[in-house]
Amino acid sequence: MLFLPELTLLGAGLILFTFSLGKPSSGKIKNVATILAALTLIASLLCLNSEGNLFYAAYQVDFFSQIFKVLIALATLIILIFTDSKGDLKKETRAEYYLFLFMSVLGLMMLVSSVELLSIFVALELSSFAVYIMVPMRNNDSVSGSQSEAGIKYLLFGVMATGLMLFGMSYMYGLTGSTQLPVIAEKLSLMYRQPAAVVAIVLVLAGFFYKLALFPLHFWVPDIYEGASNETTAFIAAVPKLAAVALLIRFTTLVSSEGEVIVNVLMVCALLSMFYGNLSALIQKDVKRLLGFSGISHAGFVLVGLLTFQVTGYATAMYYIMGYVFMNLACFLVICSVSEKGKNVVVEDFTGLHKRAPLLAITLTVGLFALAGIPPFVGFTGKFLLLLGALKQGHLILVILAAFNTAIAIYYYLSIVRVTFCTDSENRSPVVSSGLNNTLAVLLIMTMIVMGVLPSQFIAMTTSAIQTIM
Amino acid sequence: MDQLLINSGFPLLSVLIFLPLAGALVLLFVKNESLCRYLALAATGVVGLLSLRLVTGFDTTTDKFQFVEHHSWIETFNINYTIGVDGISILLILLTTIIMPFCVLASWSYIKTRVQAFMVCLLIMETAMIGVFVALDFVLFYVLWEAMLIPMYLLIGIWGGPRKIYASIKFFLYTLAGSILLLVGIIWLYTTNNYSFFIPDMMWQDYPLTAQVYLFLAFFLAFAIKVPMFPFHTWLPAAHVEAPTAGSVILASILLKMGTYGFLRFALPITPEATLLLGPYVLWLSIAGIIYGGFTALAQSDMKKLIAYSSVGHMGFVTLGIFVLNVDGLEGAILQMVNHGITTGALFLCVGMIYERTHSRELRSATGVGKYMPIYITFLAFFCLSSFGFPGTNSFVGEFMILAGAFQFGIANGGFPYLALAAIPGAVLAAAYMLRMLQKIVWGGTDNPDQSWITDLNSREIVTLAPFLFFVFWIGLGPQPFLDLIHTSVTQLLHHFDAHQAQQAVAAAGAIVH
Repeated sequence: MLFLPELTLLGAGLILFTFSLGKPSSGKIKNVATILAALTLIASLLCLNSEGNLFYAAYQVDFFSQIFKVLIALATLIILIFTDSKGDLKKETRAEYYLFLFMSVLGLMMLVSSVELLSIFVALELSSFAVYIMVPMRNNDSVSGSQSEAGIKYLLFGVMATGLMLFGMSYMYGLTGSTQLPVIAEKLSLMYRQPAAVVAIVLVLAGFFYKLALFPLHFWVPDIYEGASNETTAFIAAVPKLAAVALLIRFTTLVSSEGEVIVNVLMVCALLSMFYGNLSALIQKDVKRLLGFSGISHAGFVLVGLLTFQVTGYATAMYYIMGYVFMNLACFLVICSVSEKGKNVVVEDFTGLHKRAPLLAITLTVGLFALAGIPPFVGFTGKFLLLLGALKQGHLILVILAAFNTAIAIYYYLSIVRVTFCTDSENRSPVVSSGLNNTLAVLLIMTMIVMGVLPSQFIAMTTSAIQTIM
Repeated sequence: MDQLLINSGFPLLSVLIFLPLAGALVLLFVKNESLCRYLALAATGVVGLLSLRLVTGFDTTTDKFQFVEHHSWIETFNINYTIGVDGISILLILLTTIIMPFCVLASWSYIKTRVQAFMVCLLIMETAMIGVFVALDFVLFYVLWEAMLIPMYLLIGIWGGPRKIYASIKFFLYTLAGSILLLVGIIWLYTTNNYSFFIPDMMWQDYPLTAQVYLFLAFFLAFAIKVPMFPFHTWLPAAHVEAPTAGSVILASILLKMGTYGFLRFALPITPEATLLLGPYVLWLSIAGIIYGGFTALAQSDMKKLIAYSSVGHMGFVTLGIFVLNVDGLEGAILQMVNHGITTGALFLCVGMIYERTHSRELRSATGVGKYMPIYITFLAFFCLSSFGFPGTNSFVGEFMILAGAFQFGIANGGFPYLALAAIPGAVLAAAYMLRMLQKIVWGGTDNPDQSWITDLNSREIVTLAPFLFFVFWIGLGPQPFLDLIHTSVTQLLHHFDAHQAQQAVAAAGAIVH
């Protein structure tokens, strides 16, 4: 039971591997993948309350990890449902694509349970390498080679980040003589003032920052978001971030707030992420690039919760990333539906969407207002609670600057809403959206509203999840 | 919690808040356009009638909050759904609930496209607006205050005039940017007040003066933009001009009042020392707004712009009344908020009716319609008279009280009432621009366009305007019932204010002795 979701994913991988030997039609293989993703979700739901550890305590299964597994499975399923089977992937390699997708999900699920440096490393690499291959898997004619550029960039930057992380891990091992996180935490807490300890922690964090796209390791985001196909970008924008936040929370709960240097480092990263992301997003035309930059700023907001080093701070950060995933998926649902033959979508492509597909227009609007942090949607509640937690700890300047960022961000979100709602369709063809897609859109809208208006239950859930690992 | 007084088991305020929202949800499933109109009218009408129960059940002898409801909302952070009414908010709630049905009526034939979406936006607006005036929890207040931006943005951005995109984005950005620091202020208050967002708990506390000044500045930025005070007014003409009639009416009658309501509800009781310290600057900004609004209105050729700038001037009177900090000024200010809501709302309706006929907001193309629209110009004339405070109309009472307050303020602070004297030209200017507009519309000149094809008001339009006229004269001739509603709360507010000053003075003296 402890390992059931992961085993399901492995099984799914095997099934997809078998399919990849033949020449299945795109529609069929997509349906198979969707069903397998649904099975994974069921498996992770079944294991929601299991607890224990595996592999000589290198692998911790608790409520915290299981919630993240459910979320990862759910997000994957949603992406598989709304992506088009005629999308911008090569027909011949579609089965392989889904195989890599499931391997990446497997890596991410293992990541949220890992509590030992080497298993963290292995899980992170498993998830990353699969994505390195997924990024360039896109039809050549639509983007003329930029997918290969994206793939190479992602690989090189990723390897560099991994290198930094490994270097930091070696310091940790050298300082403490162990690779188990709890042991490391205990011994590191005695030597916070030593530069070596600070360097070790910062370098390991850098590896996670890369996954979350936080400031100093954010530079891969725009090109990869633009170069990868829409479904790959939807995946990269949502699922790995969940795992990255899970790991960051696990890691920071071990570091106590006495490490003042760490707090300052995190604060600077958070602020620079917000400003860099929001200011760069202001001038973007390509919607995926825009969402990429906005994702950088949102990662900064998540960090605001972590640097409080309080249970409520972690819980709200977790709540926020949950909300972020749903907001992002809502936007990508619309992007994937609007894009013609899986091409990239520029802001103008949403012209007159309110006439061409009213429900999608509303979904996009709600998603963007939620991302912008306008009540009553989840983005506002999340940001508000994060700022509240930070100010409780006395980070007044941080809170003021973060609040300013909300005002900057609203402009580019509004500019999309404006095109969606306030322009005529200019004879653009209506967007076809399947019934399943529409149901999903309505469900996402409701999730964003319910999470925003009635956050108590969700906060209680994330708080109890955090308490299991403290 | 002793500020609370629960005098009704029936959750009247919640019904007022959620009924329009429920109506909006129902409308989402209605495809028929004319059914949408009737349903929206029914929802707003029922809310309007129900709100009259507030008056009959209101206890005018206390300044405590009434019709209070209290439910836990987000327990982890002690955020509650707490709502209630007192003398400061009751008239504004009534203004909202009574004006909304007429906004629906005014949009009956004006809005031709996407009627369903329009009515949904209107109803969501009503929910948010009522909620802002009754919220006693700061988070609830802020959520509704911000949530209101979305439907208003859509009202301007979808159904607006030619420059709607510029106007709607400017409106959204200005208001949002202004309220960002308010949010930080709210969280700061929460952390200093034993982790409570309950607004009455935050009032009359001894915050250090520097903190008060920063808080006041945060409040001021948010509320001054909403009012809008000179020099933060530039979003208003753009938004007013481009918005559809109902949008202009909501903006002028209700949204602008939220700024001044914010000053009364938050700035005065939460930061009293900072109010005393910085109040004089606000007073002179108000004077600047009065004069500036008047001169700019005088130069407009676009009727909506003219009325928009006149709003800057009139709202200047309101902030003047608030910050002179005496009974006459404050009561006059609250009454003037209502008056401005009635008169300016009605003027926007009048302009909208002309616009529906001539499809132009230019004064030039509306000249000389008096001959063909006798009923229309009768209404228009009374609203114009009311707008510049002609005796016998509602604005006269309000402006008179505010000026009286300003005179008292001058006499109390140094002997000579410079402030009141400086405001007088504003009243004269108001007469000048309003009479100029009235003269042009009624008679025009020798170069009038041919208006003989124009039709006079139909019965729906008369029904829309008549209640406004009724209130113009009711408040103008017999304002006492309205003043009775607000009197206790205002005097108690000032009483608390003075008591707090005295207490501070004693504390300061004590510190010197030691």
